[in-house]
Amino acid sequence: MQTWIAHFLLHIMMIALGLTFLMPLAWVVSTSLKLPGQAFITPIEWIPTDPKWDNYFEVFRRLPFHLFIRNSFFVSIMGTAGMVLSSLTVAYGLSRLRWPGRDFVFTVLLATMMLPGVVTMIPVFIIFKEINWVGTFYPLWVPAWFGGAFYIFLMRQYMLTLPLELDEAAKIDGASNFRILWQVVAPLCGPAIATITIFAFLFHYNAFMEPLIYISKSEMYTLPLGLLWFKGRFGNFWHLVMAASMITILPVIIIFFFAQRQFVQGAQFTGLAGR
Amino acid sequence: MPGGQYRLLAAGSSSIWEYTSLTATTSAPGIRTQPQTRRRMSAAQRRDLRDGLLFTSPFIFGVLALWVGPMLYSVFLILHKWNMLAPPKFIGLGHFERMLNDPLVGKSLVNTAYYTFVGVPLQLVVAFALAVMLNQQIRGLSVYRTVYYLPSITPAVAFAVVWVQILNPEFGVLNEVLHWFGLGPINWLFEPAWAKPALIIMSLWLTGFQMIIFLAGLQGVPQELQEAAEIDGANAWRRFTNVTIPIISPIIFFNMIIGIIGSFQVFTTVFIMTDGGPQDATLFLVLYIYRNAFELFRMGYAASLAWILFLIIMVFTAIQFFFANRWVYYEGRL
Repeated sequence: MQTWIAHFLLHIMMIALGLTFLMPLAWVVSTSLKLPGQAFITPIEWIPTDPKWDNYFEVFRRLPFHLFIRNSFFVSIMGTAGMVLSSLTVAYGLSRLRWPGRDFVFTVLLATMMLPGVVTMIPVFIIFKEINWVGTFYPLWVPAWFGGAFYIFLMRQYMLTLPLELDEAAKIDGASNFRILWQVVAPLCGPAIATITIFAFLFHYNAFMEPLIYISKSEMYTLPLGLLWFKGRFGNFWHLVMAASMITILPVIIIFFFAQRQFVQGAQFTGLAGR
Repeated sequence: MPGGQYRLLAAGSSSIWEYTSLTATTSAPGIRTQPQTRRRMSAAQRRDLRDGLLFTSPFIFGVLALWVGPMLYSVFLILHKWNMLAPPKFIGLGHFERMLNDPLVGKSLVNTAYYTFVGVPLQLVVAFALAVMLNQQIRGLSVYRTVYYLPSITPAVAFAVVWVQILNPEFGVLNEVLHWFGLGPINWLFEPAWAKPALIIMSLWLTGFQMIIFLAGLQGVPQELQEAAEIDGANAWRRFTNVTIPIISPIIFFNMIIGIIGSFQVFTTVFIMTDGGPQDATLFLVLYIYRNAFELFRMGYAASLAWILFLIIMVFTAIQFFFANRWVYYEGRL
């Protein structure tokens, strides 16, 4: 009986919190479907009686959002591919081969996870400027091909859970380390690859500072820059700004609902938790 | 032939290292008689070293090209005055002298410290409380988890744009909600005293990632320990403070480190929501660095400020590691 009451109260609290967390998103959706000016009416009408779906088309008519979407997906896919391939390769070298210096490289990896990126922002910009990469997409996705410390770490932790007998058996059959990685180990890393894919995609998709610094031509804008531009030009039209925001957020929500498990797994793979 | 070796593997050697040393000695008996010195490596060891370096080479190159090189280069920048048009001019430690006379440096440091040392503890408390609630045995947990987590993965630009409207003093939702309780209205982003609290409130809405990490930690607390404590007569609160908290203290520590490092570098939200205003109340250090570098083209000065921020973050991280063994419990290190 007591637990029943406790659970009931817990549900009430969690629903109240849930509504608080959902409120901003609900408001975006609601406002994005209103007429101009309706957004300013209080008390707020949460469910528009006559949803204006045309607001979404209006966004595309005002600024080339189809280009922003294309650019965002290009950068995100290239960056994600780099992150996955580099973390597989580097993690293999750090978890399944033994060589002098391996522990040193791993220590450096842990250190770079904690280094604040801001210290390299300016010199890296100047270097990219020197090689004429400013104004191209390269600075946004090429660094991913050299591996992200967190993703390598995550992949290494996962690889450590796979039995080494697999590699040994393949080695006896004369397989090189390259073949062992791609034909024995990588196929077993599915869950870690899935998690890294999701995190890396969102990382590139949500990135703001890099595009802001490196991209200047408007037809090369990614969605975050495009949204900011849209807000700057049509800031008074809340219904349109909210529709543009929703266009930016929607892919993330779709990915999230299809890949919830990978998000939750991410925390477990690091080995920080769930020992 | 391979069959025998398979059996050998199954019987004894559990790791590839033992295996490689085994083949090295058996396949080349001549080497066995030689004393193993540091300089002389067997063929297998050389191959392992080569492959190890080869496989980690993307990362090694990345560290050299994107961390070590740029950091050395920024030492050059610190000592020079450079607007990227005229050639760099050597000024020694002039940038640091200038910082002392630049009121915006002090202001942005104070603002950043406020945001971090008020914001991060609150974020940890909220994330932890949510995780504890999600760790109960009740129905519909995955739905709640989804809802609490979702905001943290939305693009920063999108939620910043949205929150500007939510915090709008006249038409925003937050003031409307406060109005239900007879509070407000508050000028939020338009009032120096409220701008930072407003950004901190928003950051609480984004604690989903920390929450998930806490939750995974809580789920890893061994049930036997809880039961043992219960048998010893510990009530729920005692079990929580004396079993759960120590076991997950490494996770609290991790979230704290990551939280502080991230908070010191906050940029996107302020850039979009306030651009440092009102009256520089939300001028955070990274925003000031960005302005100097990419709006005023004072590359040397901006690089110097970045180094200051870097050192501050390193010092705080070091302090936390120093105090960690007073309260962080690591299994097997009693």
